[in-house]
Amino acid sequence: MTGLEQGAIYALVALGYTLVYGVLRLINFAHSEVFMIGTFTTMWVWGWMGIDQNTKIDSVGQMVMLIVIGLVAGAAASAVTAVTVEVVAYRPLRRRNAPPLAFLITAIGASLFLAEMIGIFTKRAPFGPPRIIEPAVAFAIGPFKVTNTQILVLLVALLMMAALDQFVNRSRMGKGIRAVAQDPDTAALMGINKNRIILLVFVLGGAMAGVAALLWNVRYGFTKFNVGFLIGLKAFSAAVLGGIGNLRGALLGGLLLGVVENYASGLFGGEWKDFTGFVLLVILLMFRPTGLLGESLGRARA
Amino acid sequence: MLLEIKDLTLEYGRIEALHGISLEVEQGEIVALIGANGAGKTTTMRAISGLRPVAKGSIVFDGQDITKLRADKRVILGVGQSPEGRGVFPGMSVMENLEIGAYTRRDKAGIAEDLERCFALFPRLLERRKQAGGTLSGGEQQMLAVGRALMTRPKLLLLDEPSMGLAPMLIQQIFEIITEINSQGTTVLVVEQNAQQALSRAHRAYVLETGSIVKSGTGQELLNDPSVKDAYLGVA
Repeated sequence: MTGLEQGAIYALVALGYTLVYGVLRLINFAHSEVFMIGTFTTMWVWGWMGIDQNTKIDSVGQMVMLIVIGLVAGAAASAVTAVTVEVVAYRPLRRRNAPPLAFLITAIGASLFLAEMIGIFTKRAPFGPPRIIEPAVAFAIGPFKVTNTQILVLLVALLMMAALDQFVNRSRMGKGIRAVAQDPDTAALMGINKNRIILLVFVLGGAMAGVAALLWNVRYGFTKFNVGFLIGLKAFSAAVLGGIGNLRGALLGGLLLGVVENYASGLFGGEWKDFTGFVLLVILLMFRPTGLLGESLGRARA
Repeated sequence: MLLEIKDLTLEYGRIEALHGISLEVEQGEIVALIGANGAGKTTTMRAISGLRPVAKGSIVFDGQDITKLRADKRVILGVGQSPEGRGVFPGMSVMENLEIGAYTRRDKAGIAEDLERCFALFPRLLERRKQAGGTLSGGEQQMLAVGRALMTRPKLLLLDEPSMGLAPMLIQQIFEIITEINSQGTTVLVVEQNAQQALSRAHRAYVLETGSIVKSGTGQELLNDPSVKDAYLGVA
């Protein structure tokens, strides 16, 4: 269960990598910082509302309200960050037809810039967002205990992913995203404004990372300027694991990675957690270089 | 005049691909642009639809200078294109491919009407409407590309090598449909290597050779022109 919970957060962040990659063939390294800024924003917003670590949340109504506010604030802040990176860093490069390497180094630069900016601003201190939900076992199926936060995290994550999946597959804009991913030139001949689609992709990916950030705060109650680094790396691995450019692959990869990591840390001890995750990635890519479900936003059905 | 191209020059890097070509398309015509591989036919098409930046010269469409206009905005003005190699979205169903042709349109009734017209022209697409674009045969993909371009409700339909890779029977059929589309009121500019078919269907035609227009006239004139016969029709 802990694995699924963690995996769901990886999967939400992984969607951002996969969406941007599907449309731009670009690995947006700054996405991990998009997540990080989401964790800080939700915490700050709660702070402004006078909620800190010592506040006791006693009514369910207040709890739900805080979660919804945190979700909206986190998603909005992350989306704005993602869009800013696109407009300030990537778009000028595209206009000049820059080679892929220039994009890659820009992405890394944007990532470092954002992490350091928040680092300086927060004096590199670790922060503990308030505990909105006191973890408690909600019910147990045999030996598996399911906590209330686990239910919340999984529920919200799966809901967001189902909504995104429907949006991309059914809506007009979603079709636009798939068209640009599959053939950008022909998409332009259909009257699709590529830059607008790219912007939309950053908004969606950013918002998903923001939701992940809220769930992270609720579950772990910890953030720091470099919190995005490892999560970003794991989420990126999850995206590759499932097949980058493939939305459902991101979900599968995220959940699988989370479960395997937790299983391994139960088996060998916590310090082996990150190790097993990446070993899994390497082994899987040896046998299926395009990931579990293959690259799909571009080729087959998204 | 629906389309007026004046002195169009286009470069790939430092190499000039088109050396100042001029051509005109009148409302209601079928105009063919024929030429060998590498003559610059597709380049001309991509310049008209806005996928390639123009170095010199001007493109005026429906009285408006569109030389520097972005590709997606030209579609809204009424330039619809079926690109070279068809450009069918492989991961989308036939229906979705057609719907995306109507991406810029909001008139639901008009879209439904055009969809019907499309299926009337290409009954095959109706049978295959749920199938993914990538799994269609070459001929079906060509039909889909033309149908999808029609879904933009173009004033000018640009067709880039509609006969490419098709069996002779299908080529005949595609050109019959092009004539049909034209008789329903859509102006057509078609680029072709298959000069025989293109010239016999076109009202007027231009011959493109290594980036310059070397000849122009009515379809019939060019069909009977000895040098055109020699170079493009395979008869002495």
